[in-house]
Amino acid sequence: MNPLKKRDLSIALGFLAALLVLPLAVGHSRYLLSVLMNCAGLSLIAFGVWITFSIGRINICQAGFALIGGYTTAILLSRYGLSFWIALPLSALVSAVVGAVIGSFILKLRGIYFSMLTISLTEAIRLAFLNGGELTQGSKGITGLPQPFAGDSAMPTYFLAVALLALGLLVTWRVHYSRLGRIFRAMRLNEDLAESFGTNVWRYRVTAFAIACALGGLGGSYFAVFTQSVYPQSFTVEHSIYYMLFCFLGGLEFVSGAMIGAFALTILFELLSQFQQYQTLVYGVLMIAVILVLPNGLMAIRATAKEARS
Amino acid sequence: MSAPILEARSITKRFGGLTANEDVSLKLSGPVGQVVSVIGPNGAGKSTFFKMLSGFLRPSSGSVLLHGQDITGMPPHRIARLGLVRTFQETTIFPDLTAMEHVSLAHQLHREANDVEVVLGMPRARGDEVRLGESALEILDLMELSASADVAARHLPQGLLRLLGIAMGLAARPQVLLLDEPYAGLNPEETNRAVGITRKIAASGVSVLLVEHDMKAVMAISDRIHVLYFGKKIAEGTPEEIRNDPKVVEAYLGQEDEELGL
Repeated sequence: MNPLKKRDLSIALGFLAALLVLPLAVGHSRYLLSVLMNCAGLSLIAFGVWITFSIGRINICQAGFALIGGYTTAILLSRYGLSFWIALPLSALVSAVVGAVIGSFILKLRGIYFSMLTISLTEAIRLAFLNGGELTQGSKGITGLPQPFAGDSAMPTYFLAVALLALGLLVTWRVHYSRLGRIFRAMRLNEDLAESFGTNVWRYRVTAFAIACALGGLGGSYFAVFTQSVYPQSFTVEHSIYYMLFCFLGGLEFVSGAMIGAFALTILFELLSQFQQYQTLVYGVLMIAVILVLPNGLMAIRATAKEARS
Repeated sequence: MSAPILEARSITKRFGGLTANEDVSLKLSGPVGQVVSVIGPNGAGKSTFFKMLSGFLRPSSGSVLLHGQDITGMPPHRIARLGLVRTFQETTIFPDLTAMEHVSLAHQLHREANDVEVVLGMPRARGDEVRLGESALEILDLMELSASADVAARHLPQGLLRLLGIAMGLAARPQVLLLDEPYAGLNPEETNRAVGITRKIAASGVSVLLVEHDMKAVMAISDRIHVLYFGKKIAEGTPEEIRNDPKVVEAYLGQEDEELGL
């Protein structure tokens, strides 16, 4: 096995194992559990952004697709009384279909043009839900959603979050380390080259984007029941930018990068909670610092040191 | 008589006020496995012509036919499926993948598993990996790259990377292979080797059309040569005819005779 993949695998498995045993240590604290659950949900969403990175597109509309997933779940639960277990996959599906339709038009763009369009897309989706009339309840949002598990314990929801995180990791892993992932990388390096040996580039771009949106929708659906509510401002442009930063920080060469970045940044801000009002400022500075100092992300630190030695 | 393998019917390409190709025709007929070259001084429109043949640019007028089928304006991946594949001057590589993995990846058209099977790692996808891996090794053997099969691409010298780029083109199993300046930037030894390999590719039944600056190599390898000058075709013939064509000599006037192989 290629050493990068080996390292990715050991970090991913170690991380999941830690999440499974952590409740033994922090299970008494609802607060600490909810921080971890928050991180898990954010990682799930960030995996989608990571996949769009792998085809060479900087995706700043992931919050929009999380919002679509969140509202799909909220509407299915509150209006139609469906079970969360049906609403969850349906939310991913709705996000993926909307993503595929929009993506088939906008994925022709690259670089800054694609990114700028996706920023406005996040905002457009938020406005659509804000003005969705009775169906989306405007700025009041949809509240009082039932939780999937009866009882007072936070543990079942915690393990749901970990299971969803594992699912997101597995999907991203299987995509990236299969022939499909190599095609994505070929497209990122040189779309003309990929096309020259017969790749239908358009189809694979849309596929990658739809998978990304499905993960966003899944995460949005999870957060809707985790917080028992969804509002137009639940997922905004700011969130889209955070997801991107998670990927940068963790590293774009490693599947677990999105997860590592999400946990590192979210926990960092819980620790610095009294500086909350400077969060955006710190994120901005951090983003610049990461790109300058750690262009390959946290996970590449040891690899870079090794290369320097050899 | 059957349709020519590849035919360009008076294609023209304009970029705004600039005419990059004007009324260029080319017919690749006769037995398979010929080597045909397109030459011309810098800016003659060779690259534009190539891009139009392979679908990366749409001609302003005229048409391109592959085995008699009109492929004008088709996307490159569909043209590749029909049997016409181009390679690139600069080889874009994955530094951490081996030569074999590169060629196996380029077998995109010949896998059996669909995308879902690939992601789930189903038996057909695993079968593909084995089958395409073997096929990749055969191609590397033809390209005299067997020794480098398991070497990560970042450790390969420029000359071998160029051959790897051609190997990736062959992985699509084309009937016509377009090579874009395959010998540019190679030293004489590497060029000799690459010319020999080009012959082997042609002998295996693939018609080769190449754009090249290296006159010596072109004269040595081509069955037929087409000469472009300022976007127009000024001559066509065997290497001997081209060498003695006054229009060609004039087009290259001021350049070293040696470049023309005189």
